[in-house]
Amino acid sequence: MRYFITLILALYSSLAQAQNWEDQHYFGRPNAAETLRVLSSTDTAYVSGMIDGFVAENPDLGVEYLVTGTQNLNRVMRENPGRYDLVISSAMDLQIKLVNDGFATQLKDVASPDWTHWRSSLFGFTAEPAAIVLHKSVLANHSAPETRQDLIRLLRAEPELFRNRVATYDIRSSGLGYLFAAQDARTSETYWRLSEVMGGLGTRLYCCSGTMIDAVARGEILVAYNVLGSYAAAQAQDHPQIEVIVPSDFSTTMMRTVLVSRQSDNQLSARNFVAFMLDHFASPTSAETPQLPQLLSREGQENRQVIPLEPALMIYLDRLKRQAFTREWESAVIQ
Amino acid sequence: MKFLLVEDNLDLANAVTSRMLMDGHVVDHAEKIEDAKLFSDTGEYDLILLDIMLPDGDGRSFLEHHRAKKRDTPVIVLTARSQVSDRISLLDLGADDYMTKPFDHAELQARVRAVLRRNHGSSQPVITVGDVSFDPVAGQMRVKGAPVKLRNRELRLFELLINAPNQIFSKQKLCDRLFTFDEDVSENAIEVYIGRLRKHLEPSSVTITTHRGLGYRLDQR
Amino acid sequence: MKDRREGKVNTSGSLRNTLMVSLIGGAVVLAVILYLVVRTYAAQIAQSTQDRILSASITSILDAAAIRNDTLSVELPYSAFSILSTQADDRFFYAIYQDGEFLSGYDRMVHAQTPPGEVRFESGRYDGSDLRIATASRRLVGGSERTTLSVTVAQTQENLAGVLNRISRNAALLGFGFFALMTLLSLWLTYATITPLTRLAASVQRRGAEDLRPVAAPVPAEMAPLVGALNSFMGRLSHSLDQSEEFIAEAAHRVRTPLATVRSYAETTLQRVDKLENRQALRSMVRAIDESSRAAGQLLDHAMITFRADHLNKETLNLTELTQELIQAMRPIAEMKDVELDLMAHDDVQTEGDAILIQNAMRNLIDNALKYAPFETAITVKVLANPTRIKVRDYGPGFPVEEIDELATRFRRGTNSDGIIGSGLGLTIASDVATAHGGSLILTNPAEGGACATLSL
Repeated sequence: MRYFITLILALYSSLAQAQNWEDQHYFGRPNAAETLRVLSSTDTAYVSGMIDGFVAENPDLGVEYLVTGTQNLNRVMRENPGRYDLVISSAMDLQIKLVNDGFATQLKDVASPDWTHWRSSLFGFTAEPAAIVLHKSVLANHSAPETRQDLIRLLRAEPELFRNRVATYDIRSSGLGYLFAAQDARTSETYWRLSEVMGGLGTRLYCCSGTMIDAVARGEILVAYNVLGSYAAAQAQDHPQIEVIVPSDFSTTMMRTVLVSRQSDNQLSARNFVAFMLDHFASPTSAETPQLPQLLSREGQENRQVIPLEPALMIYLDRLKRQAFTREWESAVIQ
Repeated sequence: MKFLLVEDNLDLANAVTSRMLMDGHVVDHAEKIEDAKLFSDTGEYDLILLDIMLPDGDGRSFLEHHRAKKRDTPVIVLTARSQVSDRISLLDLGADDYMTKPFDHAELQARVRAVLRRNHGSSQPVITVGDVSFDPVAGQMRVKGAPVKLRNRELRLFELLINAPNQIFSKQKLCDRLFTFDEDVSENAIEVYIGRLRKHLEPSSVTITTHRGLGYRLDQR
Repeated sequence: MKDRREGKVNTSGSLRNTLMVSLIGGAVVLAVILYLVVRTYAAQIAQSTQDRILSASITSILDAAAIRNDTLSVELPYSAFSILSTQADDRFFYAIYQDGEFLSGYDRMVHAQTPPGEVRFESGRYDGSDLRIATASRRLVGGSERTTLSVTVAQTQENLAGVLNRISRNAALLGFGFFALMTLLSLWLTYATITPLTRLAASVQRRGAEDLRPVAAPVPAEMAPLVGALNSFMGRLSHSLDQSEEFIAEAAHRVRTPLATVRSYAETTLQRVDKLENRQALRSMVRAIDESSRAAGQLLDHAMITFRADHLNKETLNLTELTQELIQAMRPIAEMKDVELDLMAHDDVQTEGDAILIQNAMRNLIDNALKYAPFETAITVKVLANPTRIKVRDYGPGFPVEEIDELATRFRRGTNSDGIIGSGLGLTIASDVATAHGGSLILTNPAEGGACATLSL
């Protein structure tokens, strides 16, 4: 009997361990007294410098960095909130809901500007605009589109060139894509016109920024809309054929956010990690590559439509809302 | 001497009068201020004894009347009040002296003499026996015209004797006159004063003779 | 004597304190009530504000519902949630039900049934914070479909608590300000109320001993009965004082006049009586009369001095002249005993005092000296300045050494006073006068013999 229970426990833990992580990395000494488990949707490369710095300052601490998609991350966290100490995600709405549902610890003593945190529980540490990514070949005959209007004009000018070679997020599979789309729609009617134009050209839909940028780099796709600018900028360093444009009419900007799990056993270390992290991304070392764009003061981003960190974001998670929006989006994009 | 006694209490007036008569004074008695004014306007007095509380008014109104007539007859006020409770200085009102009832007649005499001495006015004649004279007002004794300085008690003793020469005064009678009632002295104390007077009278024709068992008498040698 | 001077009064509480305590106490109560009222009212307003926002949120969700093609579609407006954002980052929860079936939102929320068109509010607690829950429903009719949509929105009350805390703090400040103002007002009011009383008391206190006129200065109407009573009391006092002074004077007159009669008769009789025992009887009689009249006089003087000690009729006096006058009046008595009465004084010794009382004190001292001075000795009266004092020195037997400190006590007479008439009040009177003038009477027996009484003023 005892063996049986041990077997079940072993199976269970191995099943949990067998979670399919996109990436998994351990920082710090292997025999560290305390290990912080960080659940994240951000590629390791973007944060490894920061975590190295943290474990260097705190030699007793190890950091286990686990990467997965935002939806999966949300699910895993809700299933096992005690297993993870910190959650880093680009899906602001999901993160907000985690806080609203009481999964996060309030860190009253962590200093942060008012608009970059909610309830002192969820802290934004980057401001990343959605960008238009172009293959440079397009620019041979055309000037770079600065605004959405410019983009519409460009697409309409040469429909045959762009047919089946424009791309955007599939909002049905991408949380971030849905957030960007909903924000765009809230900000301007231009979004729907652009969507219809793109729909008319047989837009290809992607799940993720990375694959979209890769497709542009390969020349399969000429124009990708609402791509995460930070990733695109990183890729552009290796692929000179990529042009990244942040629209000047308005640029929907999301914040990458972090929270400390309320059921974490390592509250103090987790809090210190957040403080260190906010500090780090507020003034990143130039040597670091790739970089995540830092939060700027409000004044420094006139055209940036930073998605406000407020519970109203939960509306995008509402089933009815999503249904209605998706229906409208589908009718525009999938023709 | 002639006194005017202004006193509403008849008993007291009689008592005082009889006591004064005994000393050979003449006393007119007035019961009211009105009477007193009448007496003083018509008669001549050496001194006025004035009771301050009278049936027809305050004795002070008589004093005002008296002074208004520019009379210089001295006034001694007799009062039953105390100076403290009265708070008014009777002397300011024109009285020459005052005495509180009940009073000692010897003290009255002394005060009368003092007042008269101050006012230099009296009908009292100078008494002369042999070559000794006595001015009762000034209280001055002269032997052969030369003034002799006497002490008060010597003076009073001599005055008694010279007022009635040839009369024998008993020791006790002299004692009564010379000593106050609160002085308890033996009758023999009188011998000291007699002795002193005899010494003063030695050069004169007058002498004090001792009459054994009876007393003393002023005689001419 | 001391008690009299301080005007010791049996007091029970203080009008000023009572007034202050009740006014300030009232202010405290009012301030607390004000605080509570403001706080309660603010809480109601804050709650109703939150309720209005919750119901606005619900209404905007309900209004976004429509039946299209026989299916219910609800497109939640962003504003339905964004209006729920608060300063304190309050959390909120919502649930949408159709005909009792969960449609969207938080499925674990308590869901209440409400009639359409009515918003129902409840309070509750969730996850450590207060929760306000609002529920409303709407009936939708489209084609063949009839359906009821019901929405519940709940919000934590952290912002409300913050607002309430702020308001409470402000209300407390307001209450305190009100209290401070009321306290100042109370002080002023108390002052204004008490002032006429203190003014009246001061004006009565300032009066001279004989000033028993009614109070004429205007007083507040409420004090009129008191002042009226005071006036009538003073009137009666004045009348009775006049009467009693009159009575004392009359009594003295009535007693002393017959005594004078008896004394005169006794003296006259003494001249005519020769028998020793009769003479002694008469002498005793005269002495008794003298003693009783002196005692009566001194008792009366003593009473008068005690009565006036609080209210001296002080004036600037030439003490030398005053003494000269007295000595002149007393010299005939001294002369009768062959006692010299010498005055040694500077021309002009000035002092502040009550002339009649000082004279009376000196008279008593000289009287005393005359009683004990042997025949043909001198009594020296010295008037000295800096400090002002009068010394009366005789060459009698001196004060009894063992009693020298107590001689000035009332009715005590020296043990060597046998046969000398006196009530023993003389020194007491002199001592009382000295004390009333802030001085003292010191009795000493000089080394050369005799007695010396020093009256300092």
